[in-house]
Amino acid sequence: MNTNSKSIAFDVEKIRKDFPILSRKVNGYPLVYLDNAATSQKPQVVIDALVDYYSNYNANIHRGVHSLSQEATDAYEQAREKIRAHFNIKKTREVIFTAGTTHAINLVASGFRKILQKGDELIVSALEHHSNIVPWQMLCEETGAVLKVLPMNEQGELDLVEYINLLSNKTKLVFVNHISNALGTINPIEEIIEKAHKVGAAVLIDGAQACSHIKPDLQTLNADFYTCSAHKMCGPTGVGILYGKEGWLAKLPPYQGGGEMIKEVTFEKTTYAELPHKFEAGTPNIADGIAFGVALDYLNTIGFDAIANYENQLLEYATEKLLEIEGLKIYGTSAHKTSVISFNIKNIHPYDIGTILDKLGIAVRTGHHCAQPIMDFYNIPGTVRASFAFYNTFHEIDVLVEAIKKAKVMLT
Amino acid sequence: MKIKDIQEEIIEEFAFFEDWMQRYEHMISLGKSLPIIDKANKKDDYLIKGCQSKVWVFPEFKDGKVFFTADSDAIITKGIVALLLRVFSNQTPEDILNADTAFIDEIGLKEHLSPTRANGLVSMIKQLKMYALAYQSQLN
Ligand SMILES: Cc1ncc(COP(=O)(O)O)c(C=O)c1O
Repeated sequence: MNTNSKSIAFDVEKIRKDFPILSRKVNGYPLVYLDNAATSQKPQVVIDALVDYYSNYNANIHRGVHSLSQEATDAYEQAREKIRAHFNIKKTREVIFTAGTTHAINLVASGFRKILQKGDELIVSALEHHSNIVPWQMLCEETGAVLKVLPMNEQGELDLVEYINLLSNKTKLVFVNHISNALGTINPIEEIIEKAHKVGAAVLIDGAQACSHIKPDLQTLNADFYTCSAHKMCGPTGVGILYGKEGWLAKLPPYQGGGEMIKEVTFEKTTYAELPHKFEAGTPNIADGIAFGVALDYLNTIGFDAIANYENQLLEYATEKLLEIEGLKIYGTSAHKTSVISFNIKNIHPYDIGTILDKLGIAVRTGHHCAQPIMDFYNIPGTVRASFAFYNTFHEIDVLVEAIKKAKVMLT
Repeated sequence: MKIKDIQEEIIEEFAFFEDWMQRYEHMISLGKSLPIIDKANKKDDYLIKGCQSKVWVFPEFKDGKVFFTADSDAIITKGIVALLLRVFSNQTPEDILNADTAFIDEIGLKEHLSPTRANGLVSMIKQLKMYALAYQSQLN
């Protein structure tokens, strides 16, 4: 992420033309979309893929002998294969389609109900999204396992010294996000994974925020589970993946029962299908799965090095410009972060700023960003969060800065 | 003054403004002028749930009328609260229960009425009416 060379040619105006929504107006102003950490916008190729599926080869998959069903099955399985290749996952059967990150985490948490015992310990980081906290709390309630919190510092970085102290042979699972959605911190997950494995604990990495910025190599990373959501990666809503090492996926019981996930059903006994279908009960989200594959192709055509390089320039420029505003404080100041800026202005509620920015056509997120523990850490009600994608421009940052200045005048 | 008349008055007041900026500036100044709730009443019991910004509303019942004082930690929300109190405070429970809130739309603040919006204006109105209902049942 630290490529600072500006040599990679990046034609943002050309890229913007791929996204129809970027040319619309909001409240009479050209849309400035800076809520990319919540969800990304979609390029025309992704929209076309959805229309193409429903217009030309909609059919249920893995079941029919007819040609349409075969075409749809092939396209869906090709998407799975693309995802496998994108993340450098060893085996296609380690790629489970889910509805997104939340679903994927719940699937794993549910699977551990039978595995955990009273007194086992789980470690959650202080930087997590509620999706990566609540399912584990529910699991602990049910099993009597204990949830320990890996703390963060003022910069929004995890405390690795304290991490070592928390780890023991009682630790069964560690879950951390790759990148924090509230602050943008890139967590040292390589080290976190390695240390956990030394005590025999499994690690789940929530990649929801990371995968729009970087392309993780999951074999090298060696996490036991990794999750992401397509909608944050220029893909459609309602689809994502759970990657799990085959050994773990074989060990976990199925999450839901139904069609697709069975081998044989009698009223006496049902045997489950092989991976990945064991975890994919019911008719899957076929169109969105296929379009997810198209979104990955799109991102890879632009290239993740180019994306990271450009987004880092946006981050640097925006940080510098925002800090020129008197009374503005940025939360999350790690040297390792992505293009997310969480901030507040002295004596102004984030909600007020968000409201004025909205009137000026600028979309930012305000509130606790589904990470209340982080807000409690800083003792604030929430922040304004501007999150930049590769289709944002330096000009849009200027518009943002001017709008904040205007809001500040109005609100004080 | 009757609720309907106060609403008419507010609509007239807002008709002077030419654009959203002037409307919001007015709301912000209303927010600043809101009679603040007594500190002792600014506690969780009077906090309205479902708001991104915090809103406290404290009700009192005197001589057959309901009086509200309120506060918010966000100034625009406070402006809206001020408008609502102008309409709903110092009214009978019955009038409060029968009042509609179409005036919010008419003064160009419709966006704040969306139930999905995190400012909780909708839950705030609901809460005001709940208090009115409680006092009304005391009367009967
Ligand atoms: C870090 C992180 N984890 C989990 C999620 C939840 O993802 P989804 O809502 O797509 O399931 C998000 C999305 O906001 C996120 O940013």
